[in-house]
Amino acid sequence: MPRADYQVVIGLEVHAQLLTTSKLFSGASTSFGGAPNAHTSVVCLGLPGVLPVVNRHAIELAIRAGLALECRIANVSEWSRKHYFYPDLPKGYQVTQYEHPLCLGGRVVFDTPEGEKAVRLTRIHVEEDAGKLVHEGAASLVDLNRAGTPLIEIVSEPELRSADDAVEYLKALRDVLVWVGVNDGNLEEGSFRCDANVSVMKHDATTFGTRCELKNLNSFRFIKQAIEVEAQRHVELLESGGVVEQETRLFDPQRGETRSMRSKEDAHDYRYFPEPDLPPLVLGAGDVDSIREALPELPRARRARYVTSLGLSAYDAQVLTADRAFSDFFERCVAEAHEAKPVANWFMGELSRLLNETNTTVGEVKFSPAQLAALLRAVKDGVISGPGAKEVFAELFATGKDVQVIIDEKGLAQVNDDGPLLLAIEQALAESPKNVESYRGGNTKIVGYFVGQVMKKLGGKGNPKRINELLVEKLKG
Amino acid sequence: MKLTEQQVLHVAKLARLALTPDEVATFKNQLSAILDAVDELARVDSATTLVAPAGSEGLALLRQDVVQGEVGTEAALANAPQVAGTSFAIPKVLE
Repeated sequence: MPRADYQVVIGLEVHAQLLTTSKLFSGASTSFGGAPNAHTSVVCLGLPGVLPVVNRHAIELAIRAGLALECRIANVSEWSRKHYFYPDLPKGYQVTQYEHPLCLGGRVVFDTPEGEKAVRLTRIHVEEDAGKLVHEGAASLVDLNRAGTPLIEIVSEPELRSADDAVEYLKALRDVLVWVGVNDGNLEEGSFRCDANVSVMKHDATTFGTRCELKNLNSFRFIKQAIEVEAQRHVELLESGGVVEQETRLFDPQRGETRSMRSKEDAHDYRYFPEPDLPPLVLGAGDVDSIREALPELPRARRARYVTSLGLSAYDAQVLTADRAFSDFFERCVAEAHEAKPVANWFMGELSRLLNETNTTVGEVKFSPAQLAALLRAVKDGVISGPGAKEVFAELFATGKDVQVIIDEKGLAQVNDDGPLLLAIEQALAESPKNVESYRGGNTKIVGYFVGQVMKKLGGKGNPKRINELLVEKLKG
Repeated sequence: MKLTEQQVLHVAKLARLALTPDEVATFKNQLSAILDAVDELARVDSATTLVAPAGSEGLALLRQDVVQGEVGTEAALANAPQVAGTSFAIPKVLE
């Protein structure tokens, strides 16, 4: 029986590192890349007789993530100990939230070729990260710099039905978390990590199949691949009369297969109990409201607004909201210029190109929204030509100089006055009486030739629109 | 609550303890007695809703997000039986 007779059922658990300066329960730094164990304290080393103290900002960020994902925020939540023995876990337990997490419910909305979909969240809880192990020769080396770093775990309901949807879900989730400043979205460095619970069931089945948990999925491509090969493995197993064992499996990207992690087989008895060293986490009146008020407009809402109220295409809206700082700067420029489409064109064209070329971010841009507005006005008023505007923009980007100063310095101002234009036109007409005849004989296309001639005389600075108008007037006699 | 030998062995395995048959018997009794004592708590009405301890509410009570109290690699590694560079070196753990 083929794979088509089965549907895959996927639930995702995402661990996202919160962008704090210090760890969840101690003042040790969360900075990445120091010498091993440089960023440790008595708390994250798991020394006896010390007590954890909760980092306020970590909780604020977790609440912010919860609000952005439409969760209910629990006024009272609880810390728990999750026990297992592994050398990257100095205390022998991880402090996490179990029975009473900080955020409940919520959802992630994402686009698919079949349209918009929403997958519900079970919960978001706060927990500390473990340390890092490096295997070298006959030894394993323990680095506890990461131990105690604050994470949120975002748990979805098993509502995803394809690997493609799982990837879209993750991208949308990452977009939101990065947008609201909770997480840096980096899969490779492990600050945004995903585990996938995968099972298969026949289309008419009413209960889920046995699931396996997949780990080591550190790129969107691997996630898609891992889910697909795992689903295929389940189908083949079931079709040949076997059963799926519930277990944790590691994805091997080199071989494109998943394999059992035997070391974790009987590690699933975590003996959770409430953390006696920490009181329940109790929010005060107004805590959630003040975080809600500071929440920025979210990317999907902003995209929708760009289409409905700025009149941009869905594609433009997507490109302009790929990055929050870029989008925020775009908003400020639109507010200054009072029109969206021309600003959008500069942002998606020249600005993106120059940012890319100079490897800078929009935060480092030297010009102000008012200066870009001045440039747009200069184009609109015919002060400079289209190609001239590009030159001005490049200079504006490089130096942040005043637009009028750039125009003057580069001599880019167009000749708009009829006087000099007419003078050049009369010269051009006098030089080619044959072509004037030709025009009057019905060959009106020849006006292009004259525009070129006039431009040449004006050193390319004539206003082409006005030249055209005046030429036609003259030629018609 | 009477624990079975199997439960004792399971807990011992989770705790990475190798128990002799005599110890299993001893701990079976001791752990059962501890659980009986803890069972006393069952008489308390333990609602599943959390109750906030008085005076503990509000994010303002929590620690500010500033770096302080790092001990440095030397102190961090002072008790380590074996060190490589500034890492704790342990017998190889295979995944």
